[in-house]
Amino acid sequence: MTEFGLRLAISLTQIAAVMGVVVVTVLILTLAERKVLGWMQDRMGPMEVGPYGILQPLADAIKLFFKEDIIPAGANKFLFTVAPILCLIPAFIGFAVIPWGPNQTFEVNGITVRPFVISDINIGILYILAFASLGAYGIILGGWASNSKYSLLGGLRSAAQIISYELNVGLSIVGVLILAGSLSLVKITDAQAGGFWNWYLFALPAPQIFAFVVYVISSVAETNRVPFDLPEAESELVAGFFTEYSGLRFAFFFLAEYANMVLVSCVAAALFLGGWNAPYPGTIMALIGVPSLAWVENTMWFAVKTYSFLFLFFWLRATLPRLRYDQLMRFGWKVMLPIALGNIVVTSLAVFFYQQMK
Amino acid sequence: MSQLFFGYFAGMIAITSILVVALRNPVYSALSLLVMFFHVAGLFVTLHAEFLAAVQIIVYAGAILVLYLFVVMILNVKQDDRYHSQWRVAAFVCVPLLIESIVLLSGAGATDPGSRSLQSEPNDPIDTDNTLAIGKILFSTYLFPFEVASLVLLVAMIGAIVLAKRDIGESDA
Repeated sequence: MTEFGLRLAISLTQIAAVMGVVVVTVLILTLAERKVLGWMQDRMGPMEVGPYGILQPLADAIKLFFKEDIIPAGANKFLFTVAPILCLIPAFIGFAVIPWGPNQTFEVNGITVRPFVISDINIGILYILAFASLGAYGIILGGWASNSKYSLLGGLRSAAQIISYELNVGLSIVGVLILAGSLSLVKITDAQAGGFWNWYLFALPAPQIFAFVVYVISSVAETNRVPFDLPEAESELVAGFFTEYSGLRFAFFFLAEYANMVLVSCVAAALFLGGWNAPYPGTIMALIGVPSLAWVENTMWFAVKTYSFLFLFFWLRATLPRLRYDQLMRFGWKVMLPIALGNIVVTSLAVFFYQQMK
Repeated sequence: MSQLFFGYFAGMIAITSILVVALRNPVYSALSLLVMFFHVAGLFVTLHAEFLAAVQIIVYAGAILVLYLFVVMILNVKQDDRYHSQWRVAAFVCVPLLIESIVLLSGAGATDPGSRSLQSEPNDPIDTDNTLAIGKILFSTYLFPFEVASLVLLVAMIGAIVLAKRDIGESDA
């Protein structure tokens, strides 16, 4: 039983560490988004709290924590309470299979520990997709339980949008899965080692450039970000599905949206951009003569890739106007879906003939 | 341990599937269906069929049930409208099922336990990668049923499009 206890303790430590990193990233993101948007629009962004406004996320968190929690009259109390939690849990649970660093192990009392991934299950990417699709329930139920027209419309829009674009996310990933021959994110990342020309974005025999574009656009749509933020279009729906929410429950929705952004960025980095692999073969740390510190470099590369993807989210928000609802649906089903399907056919053929030639 | 998990999953599946038809609020019914899908997926995981578990959640919970919920919310079904007195139909379905389960349970002790353990043994040692195994079986042994199933789905899809489509020119009809 002590072995079980030790295993549990190690797992809990890993989970706590990952949760900590994600929450800190979300705090940084809330500030970074406002700063980046400010700079892009020739403003300063938040400047009041702390030096250069860097304590703004803490002030926001404290404000949300102490705000009055209002449940509107006529709302379904149970579902109104459950919806934010249903939204938050799927957003965080996906991080369990993300590899943050090299696939190395060490032993503690005969138990093998993999420090950079909580759990390497053999269906890793399907697990993420499965839980990502559940995030829609929090949004729909939150919209329905609020007993408000705006919330309901926001929730219904989000349902249609998430179903449409999740299909594209799933199909755009298939090309990478064919190349890697595995569903485990650890194995997929390992297969991309040795320079940026081995990343699946550029890798022979079938570079996944089109799949990457489809994935990026669809993941922006799936996280309800501009220009696909119809579920919370403030000019027509007040704030969409969380119009009636306030205080901590609103913070949950907010946290879930940003955690989802981080999650899709991590998946994009792991699937298309080589994950923690550096864009050159090997690592600089190994060249200098301290290979035991190579994991620092690798995790840094993972962070760089994830953060540049997150920057893209802000960039899009500052650049593009919102799509109309019928444009959104037409684009998803008539443009993205055929590209993703075509990519699967081309990739399968390329891999087949490549293997025949060898 | 596995017995414990099976008991939990099976019990929850039974309870939530009863709740799906017993609850008065259609949204709650849909939610208990969601909980049931989760426990079915859990059952798959205890059988080492992780791929099926993930697909179960993605397809049923992630897509189909969301559409159900969508329809329930758009129609805004009044709670009383759905339920008429359906006791006769319910009895007609339940009594044979009850008899069947009693027969099966009474027969369960009589069967030789050796033959049962032999049946539960999988034909191929596919513990390593069941996704690969499913793919291989689906596209070799069961290729014909697989293609027939996809044809049936295609026909259903075309039928839905034909029913829902409006001719160009009478779009205001």
